[in-house]
Amino acid sequence: MSETAAMTHTTTEEWKLPSRGVVGMACLIVAEAAIFIIFVVAYVYYLGKSISGPKPHDVLELPVISTVCLLSSSITVHFAGSALHSGKRGLCSIWLALTVLLGGIFLAGTAQEWYQLIYRDGLTIQTNLFGTTFYSLVGLHASHVIVGLLMLSLALIFSLRGQLTARHSERLEVLSLYWHFVDAVWVVVFLVVYVFGR
Amino acid sequence: MATQTPIAMTTDQAAKTHRLFFDVLHDWLTTVDHKKIGIMYIAYALFFLVVGGFEALLMRIQLAIPNNTFVSPQAFNRLFTMHGSTMVFFVGMPILFGFGNYLVPLMIGARDMAFPRLNAFSFWISAFGGILLYFSYLGGDGLYGAGSAPDVGWFAYAPLTARVFSPGHSTDYWTLALLLSGIGSIGTALNIVTTTICMRCPGMKLNRMPLLVWLYLVTSAMVFVAVSPLTAAQIMLMLDRYLGAHFFDTQAGGSAVLWMHFFWIFGHPEVYILVLPAFAFANEIIPVFSRKAVFGYPAMVAATIGIGFISLSVWAHHMFTVGLGAYGNTFFTFATMIIAVPTGIKIFNWLATLWGGKIQFTVAMMFSVGFLFQFLIAGLTGIMLSASPFDWQLGNSYFVVAHFHYVLVGAILFMIFAAFYYWYPKMSGRMLSEKMGKWHFWLFLIGFHLTFDFMHIPGILGMPRRVYTYEADRGWAIWNMIVSSGAIFQAAASLLFVYNLIWSYFKGKVAGPDPWDAWTLEWSTTSPPPAYNFAVTPTVESRRPLWDLKHPEDPDSNYEM
Repeated sequence: MSETAAMTHTTTEEWKLPSRGVVGMACLIVAEAAIFIIFVVAYVYYLGKSISGPKPHDVLELPVISTVCLLSSSITVHFAGSALHSGKRGLCSIWLALTVLLGGIFLAGTAQEWYQLIYRDGLTIQTNLFGTTFYSLVGLHASHVIVGLLMLSLALIFSLRGQLTARHSERLEVLSLYWHFVDAVWVVVFLVVYVFGR
Repeated sequence: MATQTPIAMTTDQAAKTHRLFFDVLHDWLTTVDHKKIGIMYIAYALFFLVVGGFEALLMRIQLAIPNNTFVSPQAFNRLFTMHGSTMVFFVGMPILFGFGNYLVPLMIGARDMAFPRLNAFSFWISAFGGILLYFSYLGGDGLYGAGSAPDVGWFAYAPLTARVFSPGHSTDYWTLALLLSGIGSIGTALNIVTTTICMRCPGMKLNRMPLLVWLYLVTSAMVFVAVSPLTAAQIMLMLDRYLGAHFFDTQAGGSAVLWMHFFWIFGHPEVYILVLPAFAFANEIIPVFSRKAVFGYPAMVAATIGIGFISLSVWAHHMFTVGLGAYGNTFFTFATMIIAVPTGIKIFNWLATLWGGKIQFTVAMMFSVGFLFQFLIAGLTGIMLSASPFDWQLGNSYFVVAHFHYVLVGAILFMIFAAFYYWYPKMSGRMLSEKMGKWHFWLFLIGFHLTFDFMHIPGILGMPRRVYTYEADRGWAIWNMIVSSGAIFQAAASLLFVYNLIWSYFKGKVAGPDPWDAWTLEWSTTSPPPAYNFAVTPTVESRRPLWDLKHPEDPDSNYEM
């Protein structure tokens, strides 16, 4: 040790760097966004190229209620974070529970839509290119919703047991970043699949 | 009292030797230390380097003479698929991440990566991917008896990968192995970016970071946007193969060309993901052995970021022979040529760093100089191939194979060797033997040029890549014989290198903390560094903190803005 160079250790100015959690989540979001872009490109590229029916226009309906629920859940998770930040733990639990509920309604909506598509319209992932790209894009998004719901439910359980305190507000903020991303992806999926692609 | 102490000591010793092996094993398997994970990455990559090199040797033996039957055609297809996949995903990526893992925290004065457990997870999942790929030789047969290891080529063009044309499980092993390696790559890249942004020691502003850290930052950012599309494409391929989806099923209207686009959107940036760390090593090694600060630091950073962006818009130059139409050809030809500008800036900066320096020809420096020449030639053949009419003539020929091996071996592998000679003392505490190193360098240099210089010629004469064998009257025989003989030199040099690594670990000269009189923070701690890296977090005031320390009368901070 004696022969190693002794570095100076004087801190002259305050040294502040961004939070690890936020930067790490931002990186994950960039990587995930690239995956979604490829699936969206495949969807758009194969629009109208199916050689057999059903076509998007025949079977898809605008999922208005689920969309409203999912987008509102972005607001509720934000309120949960603010509540935790200012130490109102009871309020935080309520907002978290509402977020999980809204996300759950969205998932139920997707489940019902898929059930109808499969059993009423006979559209599966094997039917045609529309089925292939539709189920994989919407399914990829839904799997992200499921992951988000699992994590939000964990946060809710911790919150109900009183283990979530103002110390954890940064972690909840990281989680809510992910949830906002899942919502933003839905906006793209909604526009591509249900509005322009129909 | 006096008699009791030795007894206690002996029992202690006995217990220690008894438990030593499992202790060490447990220590390495459960470690979250960035240095140990880095070394595991490197060791794992070296293992696969030997495996992939062995596959290359088998192929060169097969091609050395015309009408050879050394391996079967089926085995040959597996060999080139496994060689390519292994070298890109289980040698190139892990060895570069290994050095990055080891060096980035040390160079920015941090005690570990931002997410140590994610780091361990990323390593183990990548390692599992590599093992899975090779398990296919045993498990790939399944119930089908239809081929064992993957044989679809490393870019696995559709529709060959469809279930009809690739029955059995071999292609699935390839898909899953790459998917896992991709998850590991994204995890490590995320870690490197977060570490660089959030863990720098006081005073280590972005414009004071060692260039290596800058280049790893750009490389890692590219991993997010390049490796993720491959992950997406692999998911699609799995849906096709397992659930009967039609992404790449041409009979249901799917497109084989779409796979090509998705693969090369990954594949071309991947080349730069692999080469930027090689540039990073050159940025550290060339200044130290020229005894000068690197020339044009801001230009280097700007050129790196430029390469990062441009490399995202050149992928379709791999697809000129598909027929992209006039606009596509023009765009991708120009984009590919433009990338030579930032790359040229780098070469000129390295030359200007050498210019007027007191050059020390250590083995690391010799490999770096070899890199400069060879990378230039690789770049020039790259410019040739970027012109789409030229590419129509030579696409899919051995000229292309020679070109990209010039980059991967002549540039990247040479700089990886240089990095070993330069940082091995820091990692192990011992110097690598310079005498063996010089033998290694000259043998490898001769082998490299015999193999890859002469490989261009059968390509120009029309020899397509991936052919199993060829007729004697084509005029390719003599060139293939030279190419194959070069492989023997490279194999001998590589074995000598591995021997040097092992011999020097036990018998090498003790290195001390700073054997090269270098300037970056990793040389301010012991060799090997303690688990916590720095006893006290350092503070820096310039790009060369150790220069400032050694020359307090003339610190760099007087000159940097």
